[in-house]
Amino acid sequence: MARHYELSARKVAKKLGVELVDVQDFACCGFPIMSVDQETALLMAARNLSIAEGLGLDICTICNGCASTLTEASKELMHNDRLREKVNEKLQKIGRTYKGNVKVKHFARVLYEDVGPEKIKSQVKNSLEGLKLASHYGCHYLKPSDVYDKFEDPEFPRSLDELISALGAETVEYEEKMQCCGGVILDIDDKIALAMTQRKLDHVKAAGVDAIILICPLCGSMYDRNQRVVERRFNVAYNMPVLYYTQVLGLALGMNPKDLGLDMNRVKTSDLLSKLSV
Amino acid sequence: MQDDVFSCQGWLFKLGVERFVLVTTKLDPKFKDEVSKVPGGQNIKRCFQCGTCNVGCPVREIEEKYNPRKIIRMTVLGMRERVLSSDFIWLCSACYTCQERCPQDVRIPEVMNALKNLAVKEGYIHSSFAKRMEVLWTHGTLYPLSRFDNTKREELGLPQIPSGNKEVQELFKLTGLNKVLGAEGEK
Repeated sequence: MARHYELSARKVAKKLGVELVDVQDFACCGFPIMSVDQETALLMAARNLSIAEGLGLDICTICNGCASTLTEASKELMHNDRLREKVNEKLQKIGRTYKGNVKVKHFARVLYEDVGPEKIKSQVKNSLEGLKLASHYGCHYLKPSDVYDKFEDPEFPRSLDELISALGAETVEYEEKMQCCGGVILDIDDKIALAMTQRKLDHVKAAGVDAIILICPLCGSMYDRNQRVVERRFNVAYNMPVLYYTQVLGLALGMNPKDLGLDMNRVKTSDLLSKLSV
Repeated sequence: MQDDVFSCQGWLFKLGVERFVLVTTKLDPKFKDEVSKVPGGQNIKRCFQCGTCNVGCPVREIEEKYNPRKIIRMTVLGMRERVLSSDFIWLCSACYTCQERCPQDVRIPEVMNALKNLAVKEGYIHSSFAKRMEVLWTHGTLYPLSRFDNTKREELGLPQIPSGNKEVQELFKLTGLNKVLGAEGEK
């Protein structure tokens, strides 16, 4: 669904010295069924954690939903011995156990905390100077904040903006910056979900930016893949490019747009690229 | 209309205002206790109805029928059937804005999960979730990749992603969630 995100994330990870190991056994993180049965959702998260633990690995995700679900599960299972025993009773029936040692981090957080804006800045080959960008963090990158050890301020976050500034681009503030994309309820009520998407596109357009920069594939599908649907339904025109941070990072690091999957973005990015002369 | 309220034609009716009166004997006073025992529902009784959740809610801003403050009030009052059979409990977008701001740490999105979990047990699963469950049962992931997708991935140098994780089915059976799937899961 978001191949361009995955592709660009893998490319920049390699370039910046972050080694990623693919784990074939991973399945769904559990988030999609929390509404149906939280016990099963937790088991699905714990199963993924136990697989990573068996391989001696921590987990890195490029999705905000997976990040929050797996982080929450890893925290609960680390501190609550009784819950971990209960979970293990069931996991053992499928031949797995979880001891509670896996850390989970979103890739953007890895870039911010483990690579760092300074190192990224020092590796920039093509500065993005002249570009005005709007950051969209996505709810589950920050919240629930107690799950994330308060690494960011959930109301006024800075990390993604700092990562964008490190590339030479200007980050622009806009109205209701922390507003949710609505993606979680698209299947439940598309009228509400798309109206939520439209609000954000309105605000970003009003701020006069060249693109929205985000780090969650669900937000990406709402703002990029569904932008045309929103335009038709609300009889408006945005033509607002939506790029993953890993794509703009790759451009700044001197990579080829095609290698970063920019041809897979629904809203054309050619105007943006011409500004950069790449 | 359910029989836990009735229309009251008091003097306001002359002004065109219809009043609905709650039949307190039809309420289930234990409902809040039931909810507080489901994971996520623990803090529901702390709510003092300040409405901070409603003010910051991005769903409510667009659709008034989603009213988290009211859902919690209805739950505490014991309007069990009305809450569990409603479509509005499914409208939380899980953005956690209210959870961050709630002065009583009610953890509203988690309360909504608790209510939805109970609703599913009562047979009120939302149709989109019934479909979602089938996809997860069959593929172990919500976005299964077709052979075409995997060919595309190969062209881009991305690793293949297999579909059809059987362990997810085992987990569904262990928690009894396969029963929600009807005939498909019972096999």
